[in-house]
Amino acid sequence: MTYAYYPGCSLKGTAIDYHTSAMALAERLGIELKEMEDWVCCGASPIHQRNPALASGVANLLLSLSKGISPQVAVLCAACYHNMKKAEVEMREDGKKRSEVEEISGIAFDPEVRTRHFLDILDKDYGLNALKEKVVKPLSDLRVACYYGCLLSRPPEIAFDDPEQPTIMERLLEAAGAETVSWSHRMECCGASHAVPLTHAVLRLVNDILQSARAAGAEVIACACPLCQANLDMRQAGILTKFGVAHNLPVVYFTQLLGLACGATGKEVMIEKGMVSAAPMLRAKNLL
Amino acid sequence: MEESHGTEAGTERVDQETTATSWEPRIVAFICNWCTYTGADLAGTSRMKYPPYVRVIKIPCTGRFDPLFMIKAFERGADGVLVSGCHPGDCHYTAGNYNARRKYTVFKDLLATLGIDMDRVRFSWISASEGGKWVDTIKHFTEVIRGKGPFREYREMIDVG
Amino acid sequence: MSKIGVFVCHCGENISRTVDCERVARASEQIRGVAFATDYKYMCSDPGQALIKKAIREYELDGVVVSSCSPHMHEKTFRKAVEEAGLNPFLCEMANIREHCSWVHEKEETTTRKAIELVRLMVEKVKRNVALEPIRVNVTKRALVIGGGVGGIQAALDIADGGHEVILVEKDPSVGGHMAQLSETFPTLDCSQCILTPKMVDVGSHPNIKLYTYSEVEKIEGFVGNFKVTIKKKARSVDIDKCTGCGECQLKCPSKKIPSEFDRGLKNRTAIYIPFPQAVPARPVIDREHCIYFTKGKCKACQKVCPAGAIDYEQTDEYVEEEVGGIVVATGFDLYTVGEQGPYPDYRGYGEYGYGEDPDIIDGLQFERLASASGPTGGAILRPSDGKEPKSVVFLKCIGSRHPSKGIEFCSKICCMYTAKHTMLYKHKVHDGTAYVFYMDIRSPGKGYDEFVRRAIEEDGAVYLRGRVSRIYRSGDHLIVKGADTLSGAAVEIEADMVVLATAVMPQPGIEGLFQKLGISYDQYKFANEAHPKLRPVECATAGIFLAGACQGPKDIPETVAQASGAASKVQILFSRDEMLREPVVAKVNENTCIACWYCLEVCPFKAITQKEIRDRKGNLIKRVAEVNPSVCTGCGTCAATCFSNSIDLAGFTDEQIYSEINALMAVGQDLFPEPGKEEGESPDEQAA
Repeated sequence: MTYAYYPGCSLKGTAIDYHTSAMALAERLGIELKEMEDWVCCGASPIHQRNPALASGVANLLLSLSKGISPQVAVLCAACYHNMKKAEVEMREDGKKRSEVEEISGIAFDPEVRTRHFLDILDKDYGLNALKEKVVKPLSDLRVACYYGCLLSRPPEIAFDDPEQPTIMERLLEAAGAETVSWSHRMECCGASHAVPLTHAVLRLVNDILQSARAAGAEVIACACPLCQANLDMRQAGILTKFGVAHNLPVVYFTQLLGLACGATGKEVMIEKGMVSAAPMLRAKNLL
Repeated sequence: MEESHGTEAGTERVDQETTATSWEPRIVAFICNWCTYTGADLAGTSRMKYPPYVRVIKIPCTGRFDPLFMIKAFERGADGVLVSGCHPGDCHYTAGNYNARRKYTVFKDLLATLGIDMDRVRFSWISASEGGKWVDTIKHFTEVIRGKGPFREYREMIDVG
Repeated sequence: MSKIGVFVCHCGENISRTVDCERVARASEQIRGVAFATDYKYMCSDPGQALIKKAIREYELDGVVVSSCSPHMHEKTFRKAVEEAGLNPFLCEMANIREHCSWVHEKEETTTRKAIELVRLMVEKVKRNVALEPIRVNVTKRALVIGGGVGGIQAALDIADGGHEVILVEKDPSVGGHMAQLSETFPTLDCSQCILTPKMVDVGSHPNIKLYTYSEVEKIEGFVGNFKVTIKKKARSVDIDKCTGCGECQLKCPSKKIPSEFDRGLKNRTAIYIPFPQAVPARPVIDREHCIYFTKGKCKACQKVCPAGAIDYEQTDEYVEEEVGGIVVATGFDLYTVGEQGPYPDYRGYGEYGYGEDPDIIDGLQFERLASASGPTGGAILRPSDGKEPKSVVFLKCIGSRHPSKGIEFCSKICCMYTAKHTMLYKHKVHDGTAYVFYMDIRSPGKGYDEFVRRAIEEDGAVYLRGRVSRIYRSGDHLIVKGADTLSGAAVEIEADMVVLATAVMPQPGIEGLFQKLGISYDQYKFANEAHPKLRPVECATAGIFLAGACQGPKDIPETVAQASGAASKVQILFSRDEMLREPVVAKVNENTCIACWYCLEVCPFKAITQKEIRDRKGNLIKRVAEVNPSVCTGCGTCAATCFSNSIDLAGFTDEQIYSEINALMAVGQDLFPEPGKEEGESPDEQAA
């Protein structure tokens, strides 16, 4: 199982723990994530606001880098996945758009290429049963709130699970022995990049999300997006100052938890990196 | 059957031979009884105008259309062939037009192989209410055929081969 | 040599203004096989027709071409005239030189020439016409109505009142359908059961109606006028004749915790049960899946208490055959089930709304039961979780409907009205409560309908918010409804005590199985298709089968009843004759050349073609061939164009006829471009081959 791996900027920077843990997990599972060469930023949100055709052009460029590795492009960041998958689907279905994008990027679109989120790869290609077999340290007694945020499964055209009620993360973590909680704010927006210009608004949104997760009995939040993780984790200090609420709820990537379950060490999945460390809680449960 | 050998037009034939210098396009239209035929009737009752070079052969449904009809028409001097029936989903017989469409999709490549210029073939859906569409289709198709001139190549080719 | 007569009509000046009719007649005389040609001012008039009849007799014509208007206008007229002169009507054809010629072209040489060519074309066709006899089909004057909701009830009563026998088949233990579940009906707010139950009683007691409840249509064979139907009477475990409907068995049944279908799960029923008090027939049925005797082997409490000895555990499914001439399909609808793995696996549902998980999130029919005087709360609006009176109820419209990303694009039509009704029923019972409605549009066309919605908003104070809801979740005692008010542009969060989802109207799950048995088509959602969306909305394309109600698409009660009466009337038109005449434009198989590839069977939209075995005298199979049932064939000709071995032809549009038309049309073209060394005009027979 070899995939062309596109990390994207965040995973080599702020979300290095997401990258590292995904690599550790993939290695344990025997999945090869082969990083594409010469990749660039996917353009994140500014590019498609300013020039949608150019945004698709960048995606087309990135998808073309998979040549020689695999037509299956593995992506971990929700925003990168969104940009690339959207462009890919549009190009495959709309001939006019495709020629426009091809002209802008100067690259012929390969209709065989598929953008795949790592969650989807684990669920559909690898399979829950195969994953269960690789679990050496089940996440017993760990109550996880799976957080999808607003981008991961929307819009429906690019969804790999029910766009409004996804369960893919729950299924994977339950396969690894965790207990997942049913909670209300799993799809609510974390405020994304508004954290910088509108910090107070993001504090309120994040506070609601954390409240809801804790009310449902979660001990840790699992997510699949670098920005979600950053907001939910880093803003807890601000929430304490502003609202006087101490959440102290670790927010980790699903790859970190699955990696631990499959035998990776805490160091290999960089479990200590979060502002609110998950390490003491996991240690107490004998998972570290 | 003796009479099948006689289709001469008597006096008319003489008339036409005298005017043979100015070429007129010949278009055969195989159209279904329920939608396109009625649409063409509507063009008439609405007194719309279109070029007089189309000859209609009525069939109950485009499902009845056999692509061999088209080949025969070209062989017998047609410069263009139009096939028109009910819109998908509107077929009087539920699914005849779907069968026609499927058959045409498969047959298209073969027609080209046979030496039939696909610009001289047109399929369209014209409903009973689309008199205007019938007129536009005939006008446009007549122009296309006029631009392409008589389809001598095909007749010469089958003569040779 | 043929003796064809050509009759060119001036149509006053309609044709003669641009076409030289006299010249058309003169030119026609020259066509080989034409024995007589003339022109006349009004061919369709009495003198015109007399002229045709006279010529037929005088010249012993064996074919007639009337060169005038469109055959859609006067083909019947002239065929009748020809028949009166002793000629088979199918030997008469029309050349359309009005709609297709004189009216659409200028007065030019080419126009007259086109008219002549059109005549020539028809002459060549008529030469190859053969006398055809109309097909006669016997009509069995009994009707089958499938579905015992208000549509089926109305259709059955109308046909039965018209003096014909009706077989009414209902899959549930009682007739009544969804209408029996409703509390009040819009826009008059009259009680649904009060207006429906008398009709149910009528159906149960009508001498012309044979009622099969708890039964399903198993098999349908035959064709219009002559259907043979096999009905499966599911084992009821109760002898319906002995049973008096006293209800003792229900009281004693120990298995009491089964969610009632009639009350949409808001109340429980027993394993032996009468679905609701007004049921027709008022006879119980044993639900074998939940019955303790059937699951565990002992109990028989009902048998012990039954004073009539009507309980019969040994009963098995029974199959009965009925012969009918016409069928009304009135299978109705069900509601799109959201949020749980429902009966519509192709659709994703609305897990984000928590329906099926939170008891206070209910659907429209459940609200009907709450509001109904015969419902689980006796008509009090109480929320299912704790029986408290909800002080804030949020109604969501378009759940499923008009939501392409959920797989449904159509509008369910009735929800705008019934949601307005729900807000009224709620406000009339909970005066201090607030009803919120999230809507996309308010669609209320219909007599008194918009006034009704206005009343809900203006008099009863329902708060209408234009926008959709993204999520519903529980927060303590309340449900938080998060949505958008797109008119003010604000995000809205409402603390609700109960949420009502107006879920999409869908066909009965699995109904396509029945439609396939009937041979009728259906759309992508499995709604049955009508023959024509405007002009034949009641008939199916398959002759003898008619539609009533929501099986065809979302409909409210008045529309369903109107269509049911329409279907009943169509059935009675069918029954008004002892035998039916059908146009003999049907396909015929040449058994000698048929190679049994069966492609014709596959393309025939009407299942008119079957496999036939040809056997010798000893009964040995010689070959299998296709056979067309002329009573079912509608004459589309798809089989003829598909046949691999050219063994099927369509009467009236034979290969020979069409090829001769092609040849005739092009003869002049060849004159213009003479091809040296090639003789003009080959035998069309050879060319067709």
